[in-house]
Amino acid sequence: MSGMSAIETRFAVEDLLHAYVACLDHDELEDWPNFFVEECLYQVIPHENASQDLPISLIYCDSRGMLQDRVTAYRKANYYAPHLYRHVVSGVRVLGEDNGVITARANYVVLQTHLDPVDYGSTEVYSAGEYRDKVIINDGVARLKEKIVVVDTSRISSLLATPL
Amino acid sequence: MQTQPNGNGSNGTSFSWPTEGGARVPYQVFYDPAIYAQEQDKLFRGPIWNYVALEAEVAQPGDFKSTFIGDTPVVVTRDKEGGLNAFVNRCAHRGAMVCRELSGNRPTHTCIYHQWSYDLKGNLTGVPFKKGIRGVGGYGEDFDRSEHGLRTLRVATYRGLIFASFSPDVEPLEDYLSPPMREWLDRLFNRPVQVLGHTRQWVQANWKLYFENVKDPYHASLLHMFHATFGLYRSSQQGGVIMDAHSRHDVLHAKPRAEEDLSTYESGLHSYQKGYQLADPSVLQGRPEFEGLFIQTIFPCLIVQQIANTLAVRQVLPKAPDRFELIFTYFGYEDDDEEMREIRLKQANLVGPAGLISMEDGYAAEIVQQSVTGDRSATSFVEMGGTEVADEQSLITETAIRGFWGYYRDTMGFHAGA
Repeated sequence: MSGMSAIETRFAVEDLLHAYVACLDHDELEDWPNFFVEECLYQVIPHENASQDLPISLIYCDSRGMLQDRVTAYRKANYYAPHLYRHVVSGVRVLGEDNGVITARANYVVLQTHLDPVDYGSTEVYSAGEYRDKVIINDGVARLKEKIVVVDTSRISSLLATPL
Repeated sequence: MQTQPNGNGSNGTSFSWPTEGGARVPYQVFYDPAIYAQEQDKLFRGPIWNYVALEAEVAQPGDFKSTFIGDTPVVVTRDKEGGLNAFVNRCAHRGAMVCRELSGNRPTHTCIYHQWSYDLKGNLTGVPFKKGIRGVGGYGEDFDRSEHGLRTLRVATYRGLIFASFSPDVEPLEDYLSPPMREWLDRLFNRPVQVLGHTRQWVQANWKLYFENVKDPYHASLLHMFHATFGLYRSSQQGGVIMDAHSRHDVLHAKPRAEEDLSTYESGLHSYQKGYQLADPSVLQGRPEFEGLFIQTIFPCLIVQQIANTLAVRQVLPKAPDRFELIFTYFGYEDDDEEMREIRLKQANLVGPAGLISMEDGYAAEIVQQSVTGDRSATSFVEMGGTEVADEQSLITETAIRGFWGYYRDTMGFHAGA
């Protein structure tokens, strides 16, 4: 692909990951689809299913349009308790590159802080899991070809509205 | 001070059901620990059938699934002869959980605490140091292994759905389900199914609030705004509510009307919005399979759904007065082709914990729970469509909710107050 060194590739992948979670944590969801290439896969699958080769996902989007529709539904259609997300990403590993597609993995934890009147200001571990990413770098811009979120926390607290 | 609900020998009298019957629900039933405990005895461990698994989940000899009836842990197994068994997941010795995995395949089940082992029918087959060591210790001559098996349950199946009961006196499963409910199960479970996966929700609310939700077609277009937001909503769906003779089960069914009529929404309801379009409508593309949709509830823990091409059973597991788990098991048919399977996987976006159409259902139960806890004098108002309990050719009705509460009140032994 771009003739980047291993260390440059690694920085590009890490920058992408951190920008991605900042977008979610800062409630800038309108920008979220732009982290993906047009023909992409975003799949949130419980570890319970992934580990048994069962295909059902919590979220399964195979185009950037489907991600945009998620955002529109989030803003205009769906109801959920007001909350904040705080992603913590660690253990970033670049596993390899094949035909310009970089394979990377990282651990994530999402802390959710409640903003409803009953639980206002309390924080819980909402979700833990692994990002399994495929990244393409074009003209210095890294985008996701694929992001499979394997959710260890199969038991979803209430609902899953904000993307992981 | 803990309330003792009345009925069946309880000594307190601070709880009575309003005279309006199922049209009024005392909020106390959603948070009182004494009522919760009575439900475990009278409903879940009582003379009724509880859904526990799909046969497809325990297809092979040795397959097992750990689940619950109410909050009692149970294991469902397929034995060597191909028979189905269910037993309480509690060692007959000193109560440890014997099966500590969600699912799998094992020839026997052994408690790790003292290595008591059981066959797939729940019979005790092995007890270490039964005779002690060199004649010292051990059990006496009168110790009989056959008297110390796991607590086994009655098991019956209907079209691949496995039910279990603690009661030796429960009516036959086919009668329990009733002919009008079986008709819908026959339609959906018409050939072998294939499990596609599970999702789980942990909801901070009483389990009965979820049953109110799935028996309530009135909220469908008001809480769930996906269709309306994207201008997709069939504004006045044709459909209705069908119940069994006890009104403990029901089916909500709907299909789009031939002609669109937006006047209901344009008269001022907020849930019709214009101007948004799906960037990728492929999520709604399906294949003709069933007409319309249906959501069926089988008392007290099963919901069966067919919404477009998404097929699922939902199991409701009470965990505490203010907590339940909701487990979706999605399935297709063994003879689905690749395209059909892909349709089901994509349409799964519409339902479940992150469902574009219906993610709010558990949350709706939670916001009720948050507001009703503690107030012993307050009740809800369940009179949409009148106060009767009867099948209806309308979706703007709460008749199935009233039916549920009437049956619940009678089965729990709650009496109408003054």
